[in-house]
Amino acid sequence: MTTIPNLVGAGLIVIGAGLGIGKIGGSAMDAIARQPEASGKIQTAMLIAAALIEGIGFAAFFMGK
Amino acid sequence: MLISRKTIQLFIATVFAVLPVFTFANADTTHVAKAAHAEVVNHEGDAPKEVVSEEVKAQEERAEFIQHHLLDSHDFHLFSYGKESGHEKHVGFPLPVILWEDGLHFFMSSEFHHGEAVAESNGKYFAINHHDGMVYNTDAKGTFNVDEKHHTTNTKPLDLSITKNIVMILFVALLMFVMFRNLGKSYGKNGGIATGAGRFFEPIILYVRDEIAIPNIGEKHYKKYMSHLLTVFFFIWFLNMFGLTPLGVNVTGNIAITAALAIITYLITTFTANKNYWGHIFWMPGVPPLMRIVLAPIELLGTIIKPFSLTIRLYANMVAGHIVLMSIIAMMYTFNNVAGSGFSFILAFVLSILEILVAGLQAYIFTMLTALYFGSANEEHHHDEEAHH
Repeated sequence: MTTIPNLVGAGLIVIGAGLGIGKIGGSAMDAIARQPEASGKIQTAMLIAAALIEGIGFAAFFMGK
Repeated sequence: MLISRKTIQLFIATVFAVLPVFTFANADTTHVAKAAHAEVVNHEGDAPKEVVSEEVKAQEERAEFIQHHLLDSHDFHLFSYGKESGHEKHVGFPLPVILWEDGLHFFMSSEFHHGEAVAESNGKYFAINHHDGMVYNTDAKGTFNVDEKHHTTNTKPLDLSITKNIVMILFVALLMFVMFRNLGKSYGKNGGIATGAGRFFEPIILYVRDEIAIPNIGEKHYKKYMSHLLTVFFFIWFLNMFGLTPLGVNVTGNIAITAALAIITYLITTFTANKNYWGHIFWMPGVPPLMRIVLAPIELLGTIIKPFSLTIRLYANMVAGHIVLMSIIAMMYTFNNVAGSGFSFILAFVLSILEILVAGLQAYIFTMLTALYFGSANEEHHHDEEAHH
């Protein structure tokens, strides 16, 4: 059932997940700028961390639905 | 660059500036027309309801279309036409339906007439429920009994049908078998150099080996996992890409299929794990004994959460992509004018390109995390080593 608290909760979680992924992306950018030769490793680590957060975001999305 | 950036900026700005004029103008006329219509028919009684409900009906139809696209179906439906003239024609082909209900029932899905008719087989009646696209046992008229929560109370037969998703799985399996077999053979024929499609796939296979398997699992053990990693990677990637074609397949957006893939990963991790892996779960080294007791159930739960998150991630990514893309395409029908359609087209085009990226990225992440879990199952006892360095 889609109720207003459900939607607000899901929205809050999605905002949190968005901020988290943004932080990861930003930090990875900084790290790559500092050490361009390590960009491959940084990218991998970034994608894994982003994927883990994304999972939570999607779980919230489906619970809100 | 053929067109300068300024031109593009100007074009986009113009589209956005003109957009409201088109959309509001159109909305206004329909509103006025509707009001006038309502006024005219007001004297006749209940007719105004019909006018309002037409738009709601169209909206519901679009939502239903998207919903149906996400579900598995018993026939391979490509497109429909002729709805306006009243004789709706569906283009596609039927698939075999295999049911077990007091004996085997086998017939083609064309007997359902796209879910509109009741199929009869050996004295039993079956019908497709529109809400979940599944086959239920019904009486000769195809009635569905519904409880107060709108759940269907009819019983379901054991459904072993070759559905649309299964057709696509078999197709991709065959495609992969033929393609990679030929790739393997071409090395022998051509003096160690890949030919044809292999030229495209060889770097990807090497990438999976050198960037995903070896760094995560280690030089020593990676070989026995390569077959699974490569299969999972290409299976997910191909099915994701097929999901973007107008065939309307949505296999990786089906939670049963992603769950099956994750369960295979879980089983391989569990059965190939060495004693360090279990030691880290049940008796975590390097922490006080009391903490070890607290950590054991958490770590055990973690082994189940890992495949669960693999399932949800792939499923949710694909479903969300499909819903967003189809909703944007449906905007064309909502705006129903040139500017709205153009806007919808541009948005859908850009999003499709993003979805191509996501298709590869999700296959990569699934394979990457699978390799990570395999790596954790094969980790050697290296805590003391690290201390020495």
